[in-house]
Amino acid sequence: MSNATILKVEALTVDFLSDDEPIRAVDDVSFHVSRGETLVILGESGSGKSVSTSTVMDLVDCPPGDIVAGSCLFDGIELSGLGAEARRSINGRRIAMIFQDPLAYLNPVYTVGRQIEEVYESHGAGAGKDARANTIELLRRVGIPEPENRVDFYPHQFSGGQRQRVMIAMAIALKPDILIADEPTTALDVSVQAQILDLLRDLQRETGMALIMITHDLEVAASMADRIIVMNGGKVVETGIAKAVFSNPQHAYTRRLISALPHGNAAEAPNKRSTAIAGETLLKVEHLTKHYVLASGAFSSKRTFKAVDDISFEVRRGETLGIVGESGSGKSSVARMLLGLNEPSAGKAVFAGENIFEMNEKRLMAFRRKVQMVFQDPYGSMNPRMRVYSIISEPWVIHRDILPKNRWKTRVAELLELVGLLPEHAGRYPHQFSGGQRQRIAIARALASEPELIVCDEAVSALDVSIQAQVIDLLADLRTRLSLSYIFITHDLPIVRHFADRIMVMKDGRIVEEGQTSALFGAPRHEYTQSLLQAVPRPKWLTQA
Amino acid sequence: MITYLGRRAFHSILSVIGLLTLVFFLTRLTGDPSALYLPLDSTAEARAAFARLNGLDQPIYWQFLDYLRDLLQLDFGESLRQNRSAMQVALEAFPETLKLAAVAITLSTALAILVGSLAAARPGSMFDRVASFVSLAGASAPDFWVAIVGILVFAVGLGLLPTSGTGTWAHWIMPVFVLMLRPFGLLVQVVRGTMLSALASPYIKTARAKGLPRQKIIFGHALRNSLLPVVTVAGDLATSLVNGAVVVESIFGWPGIGKLMIDSIIQRDFAVVQSTILVTATAIFILNIAIDLLYAVLDPRIRY
Repeated sequence: MSNATILKVEALTVDFLSDDEPIRAVDDVSFHVSRGETLVILGESGSGKSVSTSTVMDLVDCPPGDIVAGSCLFDGIELSGLGAEARRSINGRRIAMIFQDPLAYLNPVYTVGRQIEEVYESHGAGAGKDARANTIELLRRVGIPEPENRVDFYPHQFSGGQRQRVMIAMAIALKPDILIADEPTTALDVSVQAQILDLLRDLQRETGMALIMITHDLEVAASMADRIIVMNGGKVVETGIAKAVFSNPQHAYTRRLISALPHGNAAEAPNKRSTAIAGETLLKVEHLTKHYVLASGAFSSKRTFKAVDDISFEVRRGETLGIVGESGSGKSSVARMLLGLNEPSAGKAVFAGENIFEMNEKRLMAFRRKVQMVFQDPYGSMNPRMRVYSIISEPWVIHRDILPKNRWKTRVAELLELVGLLPEHAGRYPHQFSGGQRQRIAIARALASEPELIVCDEAVSALDVSIQAQVIDLLADLRTRLSLSYIFITHDLPIVRHFADRIMVMKDGRIVEEGQTSALFGAPRHEYTQSLLQAVPRPKWLTQA
Repeated sequence: MITYLGRRAFHSILSVIGLLTLVFFLTRLTGDPSALYLPLDSTAEARAAFARLNGLDQPIYWQFLDYLRDLLQLDFGESLRQNRSAMQVALEAFPETLKLAAVAITLSTALAILVGSLAAARPGSMFDRVASFVSLAGASAPDFWVAIVGILVFAVGLGLLPTSGTGTWAHWIMPVFVLMLRPFGLLVQVVRGTMLSALASPYIKTARAKGLPRQKIIFGHALRNSLLPVVTVAGDLATSLVNGAVVVESIFGWPGIGKLMIDSIIQRDFAVVQSTILVTATAIFILNIAIDLLYAVLDPRIRY
């Protein structure tokens, strides 16, 4: 591009060795980035976006990795095949990296200060008091309150957003030429995400570093990118100036991605809300409350933590209620109580005329048949050693009266077809499916007991955008065909926009706003709802104009 | 923390009392000591006098209550064999065992950490394969066999080392080596396994992205996180050594508590058996609390 190009990756090809044929993770990928520029690498999981940048940092283990071809030219230095010492003089000093999950990427047994000081020490840029003073200054810069004290805290003593700030501090300690950010905000709440993105932008402005940002999130991409490359199946399918790629995508894959955006223009997006609401109340929750008594320490008396604080709502037949909130808002506690997985401290929940919390063992069995749950992580919530057939038919083993055993096989096949899978998938194990397919299996299992209400707890949060849209479509379709009701719990407000009929926004265990979806999005009354809507990243070309 | 220690101590005392009760009755099932301590042709009166002298004529529950009452006054009974305080006999033997155990467990842990870490740093390498073979062989070889073969070769055959007893540093070599075999073998496996998973964890990627030198990544970041399981296993092995390495102590004539225990059981020296159990049990409880505290030192997420 220009003289300012600091990194130029050309024709990079990376394989991963497996038992049979090597799997090509990155296929002939080229990109470049200049000082002060932000390059976004956009792609869904398995697109090879992380592998490409990990190769630049020499973080790919070989074997099983195998760098087949390509060159990485950084400021006149060829990075591939660099010796250990020369590599050390670049990693952390001239190119730095931050990752998705700072809790896992920070060493749990050292204080954050120690881990940042280490960067100075190992690059001969100060030790002892100097390093510590610099570290405290850095922590202050990235917005950690009371850095003089917090420097001696361990990673687990920080919040998710703060941990990412610590990671950022560690990465920018030596003012690198390039910062690679691999999904830096994916694990964070929207409002925290906005703060972290702001911080990255500010730091880039201050230091003039190049920023390579890897993300699957189109909004984040749009809000950060000067230029963008779109990856799919290990290949670059589209590359260009961000605004051009977003407003006029050339490649079919990019077009599909951008159209799957649930946050797009409301007028264009297809409406997936239910068309007819039967009106009859299926579930009525009154004054539901969950308190946890925290153990008393040596110097503190007992405290109560109100996870859910006196909330009331109802769900009607055929209706979708969206419960939206950030982590710690109590939304999952509500779900767990409704399913009888947790005992409430107070309140009642009347399902089809009967209070759930007063049911005896037998009534509870019958109730659980009628209410099913789909979890966030279908892989974690399925027994890896059970075949799909056993997973789906398990409810019939427990509830003997649903289906005679000779019909199980046909019914499993029907259910699989209903959720868009094939009957022959019944003989496979969960790990043989993709994330989206596993979520379909989870839905089929939920449907097996012929429920009236399905509680989806972050059911699409772990999925790629295009898959999210497919699963939501499936849920909407099933609702119409089987006249189901949903409680759809999510931290992602825009995702429920075209799906939920009513939305309930929760914060700190309380309902802060409730209303019809269109009304809530059109004119959010509560300040918190407004901030949630505003926290959704806006395209860079709009904010700069 | 203080509450935690208090609770642990209380539970430990309960366990020790339970253990002593069990031992008291079980030892008495082994038979009557007078059969061993008096000449074969001694008269019935002499036997009765011996029994009366040592309180053996009382009903067993009465003997037990007596024992408990004496315990409260810190009177642990007299050794039948040595005619002096049983506790004194046990406390003289215990340091010998403790010295042996400490040397063996320290050496084997240190060595295992080094070998296991290096093996994990290059899995599948020649070093890794040799280390795995040696450690597995060590952990599988029966210690009495190694001990006897060792004596045969190095003491009887080559005359390099003493066959048994204590005194010089040369007396230490064979017992320590034999005692180290199993802990070393197991610990190498544990260190290697936990190091492999630690080296695959995300924070190691961070360390590499920071540009840290390799040995700092392995010994600074990965090892520190692998130590918890190592401490668990090493603690468990240390416990079994403190308990007295009965076989090794007997073969090498090491005057430790394991040898004392087995001798006293054979001789029906009840008071000494009970005292040795009390000493080792107390030591093991202290060791376990120390291990728990060590966890908290090693992992800041663990707090009591």
